[in-house]
Amino acid sequence: MSSEGQLNITKSVIIRNNSIYVDGNIIYEYFKNDNFLNDSYESLDNNYPKFYKMDVLGKLGMLATHLLLKDSDIENHLPSDVGIVLSNSNSSLDADIRYFDSVKSFPSPALFVYTLPNIVTGEISIRYKLKGENAFFISQQFDADWLHFYISHLFQNNKINACIGGWIESIDSDHDVCLFLTERKERKNGINFTPENLNNIYGLGVDVSNIKH
Amino acid sequence: MQRLKEQIIKQLKLEGTKPESIGDHDPLFVEGLGLDSIDALELIVLLQQEYKIKLNNAEQGQEVFRSVSTMADFIMERQAKQV
Repeated sequence: MSSEGQLNITKSVIIRNNSIYVDGNIIYEYFKNDNFLNDSYESLDNNYPKFYKMDVLGKLGMLATHLLLKDSDIENHLPSDVGIVLSNSNSSLDADIRYFDSVKSFPSPALFVYTLPNIVTGEISIRYKLKGENAFFISQQFDADWLHFYISHLFQNNKINACIGGWIESIDSDHDVCLFLTERKERKNGINFTPENLNNIYGLGVDVSNIKH
Repeated sequence: MQRLKEQIIKQLKLEGTKPESIGDHDPLFVEGLGLDSIDALELIVLLQQEYKIKLNNAEQGQEVFRSVSTMADFIMERQAKQV
């Protein structure tokens, strides 16, 4: 078996259309139209006061990572062995626009610090004390081939033993998040780490245990 | 003091924090409210926006932002000079 074949997607989280799915199973639906992020956080996590200070990408990253790592044994990995590889198409545009609006009256330092897309990787690293390789890529759309190539490369060069990867996008309160956990070891309901399976998870939000190996 | 606490909560987005839970002499940074360096910048913005007060230098901030009480003293002192 190749080293690539030993990698497994062991969990996935989708946030889309005011709904949250874990391994393809819907766990949260929001029927109001005012504060999906704060309300879902208060229902599902609510243990990190800094959440409220974050931009939209940060909040989405916190929420999705909390669900991704919940009940996992990620703490058994060395902090330097857990990587984060994220992507989106609009970079930090949402925070950029909010900061630009604040400049018209008084520039906000708290908004300014979020005017880079990779700040969300830092926020995840701080909360979960992760110190592995991390990157944030900009691509027109969810690029399963690139994410698979880059994450596989990190594993093959023994840079990491686990990786939080995926897509975190938000524009005009339209959220589109697909995070997945990739690990060397096999786990119950895990599936092979392949571009096809990444596309299946992103496109359908299906239960990974239902995807044929 | 109550008004200043409310302004701090709003400026720093301290959701779930009630003004009465902030002691007048509680340290604002590290312990107490556990604020960070970005929060310090936001407190400077608060002083400028709400009270038209500018800090003379960064070192001054360490004294001024020690607690709500020291902030209030500083604001009253500067306002007295402005009159």
